[in-house]
Amino acid sequence: MNLLEHQGKELFERAGIAVPRAAHAATPDAVERFIASAPGQWVVKAQVLMGGRGKAGKIKMASSPNEGRSAAHEIMATPMPPNRQNPAGEPIRSVLVEERLAIAQEAYCAITIDRTARKPVFVVSRFGGMDIEEVAERHPESIAKFYVDTAIGYSPFIGRELAFAAKLDRGYRKQFPAIAGALYGLFFDYGAKLVEINPLALTSDGRVIASDAKVELDDDALFRNPEFDEWRKALPLDEDEILAAQAGVGIRNFRRFPGNVGTMANGAGLAMATMDAVADAGGAIANFLDVGGGANAQRVRSCYELVVNNTGATVFFINIFGGITRGDEVARGVVEAMQQTTSRKIPLVIRLTGTNEEEGRKILADAGMTPVETMDEGAREAVRLASR
Amino acid sequence: MSIFLDKNSKVIVQGITGSEGSYHTERMVKYGTNIVGGVTPGKGGQKTPQGLPVFDTVKEAVDATGATHTCIFVPPPFAADALYEAHDAGITLAACITEGVPVHDMLEVVGTTAGMRIIGPNCPGLVSPGKALVGIMPGHVFKEGPIGLMSRSDTLTYEVVDLLSRAGLGQSTCVGVGGDPIIGTTFVECLREFKNDAQTRALVLCGEIGGSDEEDAAAFIAEHLPELPVVAFIGGRNAPPGKSLGHAGAIISGAFGTPESKIAAFAAAGVPVAQRPSEIPQLVAERLAVRA
Repeated sequence: MNLLEHQGKELFERAGIAVPRAAHAATPDAVERFIASAPGQWVVKAQVLMGGRGKAGKIKMASSPNEGRSAAHEIMATPMPPNRQNPAGEPIRSVLVEERLAIAQEAYCAITIDRTARKPVFVVSRFGGMDIEEVAERHPESIAKFYVDTAIGYSPFIGRELAFAAKLDRGYRKQFPAIAGALYGLFFDYGAKLVEINPLALTSDGRVIASDAKVELDDDALFRNPEFDEWRKALPLDEDEILAAQAGVGIRNFRRFPGNVGTMANGAGLAMATMDAVADAGGAIANFLDVGGGANAQRVRSCYELVVNNTGATVFFINIFGGITRGDEVARGVVEAMQQTTSRKIPLVIRLTGTNEEEGRKILADAGMTPVETMDEGAREAVRLASR
Repeated sequence: MSIFLDKNSKVIVQGITGSEGSYHTERMVKYGTNIVGGVTPGKGGQKTPQGLPVFDTVKEAVDATGATHTCIFVPPPFAADALYEAHDAGITLAACITEGVPVHDMLEVVGTTAGMRIIGPNCPGLVSPGKALVGIMPGHVFKEGPIGLMSRSDTLTYEVVDLLSRAGLGQSTCVGVGGDPIIGTTFVECLREFKNDAQTRALVLCGEIGGSDEEDAAAFIAEHLPELPVVAFIGGRNAPPGKSLGHAGAIISGAFGTPESKIAAFAAAGVPVAQRPSEIPQLVAERLAVRA
């Protein structure tokens, strides 16, 4: 679960990391009222999970209640523009009104999990305010890392070593070890997969402040912190995730693409390989769908309807490797699902293996469907039917 | 031979009376795995339908049976505890089938359980065909032979194994390393074992997008396994960046974890990457023939 900036900053504050004075507001009216009650120089920032807010014009200055109101109005009037990762963009439901800092320096500090080292890793750079990928490309020598031994945890020398290795401005040095320690505490206490301060601002009056906050919590650890349930419910799921949840499959198990070959497989690896097979056969994929374990009639039906009603699929390729499941059971499930469904009918190509696979294929053929033996054959047949 | 698991491995099941645990215990016993008992706290003294003894603690199970291996089916909040308990009792290999274990739990477990090999979590387990099966894999698709296989996914593994078996290419050991970001045994650690296994004469590596386990494996192969034929497959070449597909590990972030980077790493190591699973048997057979 990715947190919005204001949520991340709430966690920062709890951990003792300084953040700008701010108010979270859901309407332009609320922004106007807040600035009226606290005159000064403010920044109004869209609260979204997508990056690139500045470039999209979704961060604006405001020096009066009226300016605050119109800034919020303009920011919220249109969603974040789409990019490759978020083809639908992202609606803006709230803004953060934040004190404008007099920034002297911008640095970068994050903790994430290194899969190869199997340890938490600090990443620090004296260049902040841009993507760390960009820093890695332009100033690779500026990036300092520290792999933390989880049996020991954080100790202030880690922060000192990082500050020197990254050549942080002298102004950071005294405060940095405490900030790094607080960040590690937060990372550890909430089971985060990523905590990132970018930029970590040094103000002209010598304060070190987290000017932005990016926090990704581990979905599998949320049961330990039921307090996040409210946030999770309030988070903007993207449309694919909402549809997946409605169909009763995991929110990560469904993703749409612009093509016309609908797919479904049991297991994420096989589902990805199925997409690849369709693409290799010259087809355009309409979706990724991992049906999970077991392919009974109800499940097949809800998956079929999920794809048929929400994608441009003109054919549906079901790829079931029956490891433990019996082929005839899967076949009956598919036939029953197709009898029950009230959605539009599109041709089905079904690849089915497993115990009793021949019986399964016979059941499918008798019901007028196209059973095939291999994944490649199924992909070719699906692409052929889709291009008719 | 084989790696990690053979006919003599004495296996217990943690969570043996649960629905998953009891179902798969039956299948493992049928396959011929030497299951010597299981653990469910509070049910010590009972017998399973197969007549296997149930113990309250792993320690009791190990003391009574001499178990060396465990297969863990407990719910995610208790998986780390089950692994610590197995480690404390002197178990040498734990296959953790559980899906959804918090990633911080695994960070701590892998950092503190030296001496115990962990397979998984979120994995289908491992099989040394003809000898023993630990986990949830469908035994009937496997066939004993010279191919070592390691994979990050479940059903795709069965798919590839099925293709190999149908082509007459049996397997020495198949390891499902698991789909999570932090796993106990990586491809490189599997390679290290396969390198010393007399039965294994060729390897198949089924990777997917996300992480850099495949790149690390390619570097290891180039340096340490110049003689052993290896064929790779990368699932998810058509996945979009920034989104997890199915399991948390399968995500492309920035320049990391892309299929291009993995394919390039294997090419640099002289490892052919099959475009489709169906190409794998032939690529393997060709390389075995060249060596013979």
